[in-house]
This record gives sequence, C-alpha cells and structure tokens, in this order.
Amino acid sequence: MDIFLQQVVSGIATGGIYGSLALALVMIYQATDVVNYAQGEMAMFSTYLAWSMINAGLPYWVTFFATLAAAFVGGILLERIVIRPVENAPILTIVIVCIGLLVIFNSVAGWIYTYTQKPFPSPFPNRPIKIGNVIFGAHDVGAITVTLIVLLLLYVFFRYTTLGLAMRAAAQNPVSSRLCGIRVGWMLALGWGLAGLVGAVAGMMVAPVVFLDPNMMGGILIYAFASATLGGFTSPGGAVVGGVIVGVAENLVGTYVRFIGTELKLTVALAIILIVLMVKPSGLFGRPAVHRV
Amino acid sequence: MTRPQTTDAPALAASSPAARAAFGFWRIVGFVVLFAVALALPFLLSNFRLFQFTLVFVYAIALLGLNILTGYNGQISLGHAAFYAVGAYTTAIMIDKWDVHYALTIPVAGVLCLVAGFLFGIPALRLEGLYLALATFALSLAVPQILKYFEHWTGGSQGIVLSKPAPPLGLPLTPDQWLYVFSLAILVILFVLATNLLAGRTGRAIVAIRDNPIAAQAMGIHTALYKSLVFGVSAAYTGVAGALSAITIAFVAPDAFNVFLSITFLVGIVVGGLASISGAIFGAFFIQFVPNWAQDISKAAPWAIYGIFLIVFMYVMPRGIAGTIRLAWARLGRRLL
Repeated sequence: MDIFLQQVVSGIATGGIYGSLALALVMIYQATDVVNYAQGEMAMFSTYLAWSMINAGLPYWVTFFATLAAAFVGGILLERIVIRPVENAPILTIVIVCIGLLVIFNSVAGWIYTYTQKPFPSPFPNRPIKIGNVIFGAHDVGAITVTLIVLLLLYVFFRYTTLGLAMRAAAQNPVSSRLCGIRVGWMLALGWGLAGLVGAVAGMMVAPVVFLDPNMMGGILIYAFASATLGGFTSPGGAVVGGVIVGVAENLVGTYVRFIGTELKLTVALAIILIVLMVKPSGLFGRPAVHRV
Repeated sequence: MTRPQTTDAPALAASSPAARAAFGFWRIVGFVVLFAVALALPFLLSNFRLFQFTLVFVYAIALLGLNILTGYNGQISLGHAAFYAVGAYTTAIMIDKWDVHYALTIPVAGVLCLVAGFLFGIPALRLEGLYLALATFALSLAVPQILKYFEHWTGGSQGIVLSKPAPPLGLPLTPDQWLYVFSLAILVILFVLATNLLAGRTGRAIVAIRDNPIAAQAMGIHTALYKSLVFGVSAAYTGVAGALSAITIAFVAPDAFNVFLSITFLVGIVVGGLASISGAIFGAFFIQFVPNWAQDISKAAPWAIYGIFLIVFMYVMPRGIAGTIRLAWARLGRRLL
C-alpha cells in the first residue's frame, strides 16, 4: 500500500509538470491560434541562458527574472523577424518554419553548450517533506507552485485586462479585430513573447529533475501534448487534470504492469493520444470544435 | 493569401502554348539524358560513391511518399521514420530469421506499411495541421523504444546485420553496382506509378482535399476514405524505401530511425519542392550530400543548416528547387518564343 501511495504521489508531482506545460500550450493556443512547435526548444534554450548566468555567479532569483525578461523579448523578436513574413501563409508553411526554428535552437544549443548533460540548481531546499510514510520532494512541490502562480497570472491577464481581451480577439477573428483598432500583428508578437516566458519557467522548473541537455524537452512535450489531448485542447483546467492523470497512470503502469516497465513510457503517451482521439476527440473537458462554413 | 504549395500550373499557363510544348519536349529529352547518365554511372564511379547514389534513390522514394501525403494532400507527418523503420525491419527480419529472398521482402514491406499507414490514418483524420504534426511526432519518438523492446525479433539496440546480396544470373557486377541498378529500377517503377496516381481523377481529388476540404466533400469526394488511403500509400512508399535501405546498408538498428530522420524527410521535400514529383530527387540529393559537407564544420552544423534552409526556402523558394527550375524555364521560354 505504501508503494502504491508513493507512486501516486510522485505521479502527481511529475503530472503537475506535464500539466503546467500542457496548460501553457493550451493558453498560448487560445491566445494566438498557433501551437508553437518550437516552444519546447525555446524553453530549453532559455534554461541554458539561465545556466550561463548562474555559472557567472548571479543569484538564483536574479537569474530567474532576467531569464524571463530575455525569453519574453526573444519571443517577440522571433515573431517580428521570423514568423511575420509568413503570417498569412497556410498552416503547413507555419509548421515548417516552426520546425526550422526547433532544429536551429536544438543544434545551436548543442554547438555552444555541447550535448553532455549538465546539472541545474533548484531554488528549493533539498530536504524531502515526509507525511506518514509518503515522501514529497520539496522541488516538486515548489515547481508546481511556481508554474501554477505564473499560469494564474496568465489567466487573470487574459480574462480581466483589456490587453488580454484584445489578444484573444486578435486570435479568434483577426479581420474584425483590425477593424476595431486592435494592432493584430503586435498582439501575435506579444503571444510569442508570453509563450517564451511560460516556456522559460517550465524549462527552469523541469531542468533540476531531468538535467539540462539540448534534447530534454522532446519527451516532456509529448507528455504535455498527451495531457492536453486528454483534458481537451479548449479547456485550461482540463489540461492540468489531464497532466495529473497522465503522470499517475505513467507511474502506476510502469510499476505494476511488468511488460511495459520503464522502456515503453513514450509508447504509453502515444497510446493515450490515439485512444483519446478515437474515442472522444474533444477530450474529457473540451468542447467539440465547430467550424463556420 | 498565398498558397506556396500549389502546383505550377499558373506559371505554365501564363506562358504561350508554344513555350509549353517546348517545355514538354525538353522535359522528355531531359529525362532520357538523365536516365542514360544514371545508367552509365555504375561504370564510372567508385563503389562508395555508388553506395551514396543508391541511398539517394532510397531517399527519393521515401520523399516521394511523404510528398504525396504532405505536398499533395496537405497532411503533415513528422512520423515517417516510423514507416521507414517498419519497412527496414520487415526486410531484415524476413531475411535474417526466415531466409527469404531479399527481392521478395520488398513488396511485403510495402503492403505491411500500407496497412499500418491506413490504420494510423484513421485516428489522424481527427487531426489537422499542428495536431497531426504532434501526433506523428509522438509516433516517431515511440518507435525506437518499441523496436528495442521486442529484442527477440529486432536484436534490441544491437540491431540486425545482413549481408549484401550478390547480383543474380551471374551478372558481372559488384554488389554495389547491382544494388544501384536494382534501386534505380524500383525508383523508376514507383515514380511512374505515382505520376499516374496523381495525374488522374484520384490525384485531383487528393489535391482538392488539401485546398478546400469542405468544397471537396460537397463535390462528392469521400474525404475520410481518401485521406486514410493517401496515408497508407504514402507509408507504403516510405516502407519500400526503408526495405531498400536495409538491403543497401546491410544493417538496421533502432536509433537510426529517430525523430530526426522524420525531420530530415520533411527538409527533403521542402527543399526539393512541395507537391512536385521531380522535387523528391532534388531533395534526396540535398539530404544525402549536404550534411556530409556540413559535418566538417561541426557536429551540430548539419542541423543548423537544415533549419536555416527550411526557413529560407519557405520565404524565397516556397516551391523548392523543382518549382524554381520550372518557373525559370517558363520565364525563359516566354522571353525567347
């Protein structure tokens, strides 16, 4: 029983990380109508920036906010310089450009920082928190808290500010928004900036767990996608719940189903994606997509 | 709204009929010359160069398969390394475990991938654009793990070592020369098949689904069936390419079929030319030779170059090398005639 509880708890911890990245994907999707394919690699690159600053001797929280600022500005610059020329092109073009960015970030990080894994510090105490016989990692609790705070801020921003409303309007109906005087191009740029920022938070929270290397976000992105699919791509709350379900399921299946073990973990994510898409494509909490013809 | 992936019909239609006739004539001449050169190469080049050219043919088949799906049908796949792996392992296991003749394993690999692609195409119907890219991305991340897991069949991360087939009927060729000719023959057959598929009613239906799915459905095209079938055909092409690669390289290992191979294929069709049959060949030359040169600069350089080419091609040559050559020819023809 203790093993079971422990697996559930650590499943919730990893699930929280998947869920926050899934939430980031969903929110940015709602704000810009684009799933930013390079988001994982942008996050990885920001985390390397943070690593350089920490190695240069800056305190953790200074680095943290400096990295967020850099990621925000970097995201805006990327949109202005790289995405803007293909803004009105078909989705295929945008996907290909995003994959181009993904590949560039990945290889430049490998070029500058090499492909060897690097440890990344955690701002939270090393000491585990023990309740009964179940152990919580302090970093896991801290990481989930930080990402949830960021995403709560995002939610408030999108829901209650004029700028947030303008961004959502620009994503949903660019032409009408333009006629209302919203600067649609800049709203998209802001969306990319926010994507960079959220990604940087997720990257810095994930890096102490999985270690820093240029390919660290690949697997996590797929889990985040599985979580978002399970929860429903139109439902931010669903993304978090989906993340926790995926995290717990991954741990329990890995412990109790002998033939899966740890070797087929990514296959479990793939199976979740495919089964959800076949049985209930809008996810557990999502609305079915309706198109106007 | 621009649509860079549409075929080059407007560019040609803009030129005079005489220019078009000249284009058709010169195209046939060009193909004949190319084919003659391709047949002469085995007797001029070293075995290693021949091996590289054989791989170009293999990639060209895979790229053609991906281009049917992505270029013509508008479905993005980042999972074609998975079908390439299925083809390669089908061939390797049949040769290694059951001692089947290598030529017989190729149609089996094709049919198996046709079925696998069709089945994967059904859930993929629910997905468009970015979501399809992510789901197929998950597929290609999962495949190396699955291959390692079934160690009994696949030899785990050690892979399977094969031997290069000897030329049949006592032909006086080295194994590399024979494989070159063999792959070239399969390439020509598959290209003719693809041309016929895409030129007719079916091809127009496939393109119509890409350009406007709702209008296509209103005109009586069974969108779901066509999309899954195109997925199957595309996977079959890639599977045949994978089978040929297993025979050519004489070795398969799970880590060769990672997600970066899928991205390489995507780079190939973008550089070669989306929705163009000859583009597959240009793309194959690009992905075979450019990384080799770039490797000299840095281990990471090939990928940086891939990324830059992806973006730059999308800006300045959205129709790839093939489209640009056609456009240049059309402009030239208009000026001369």
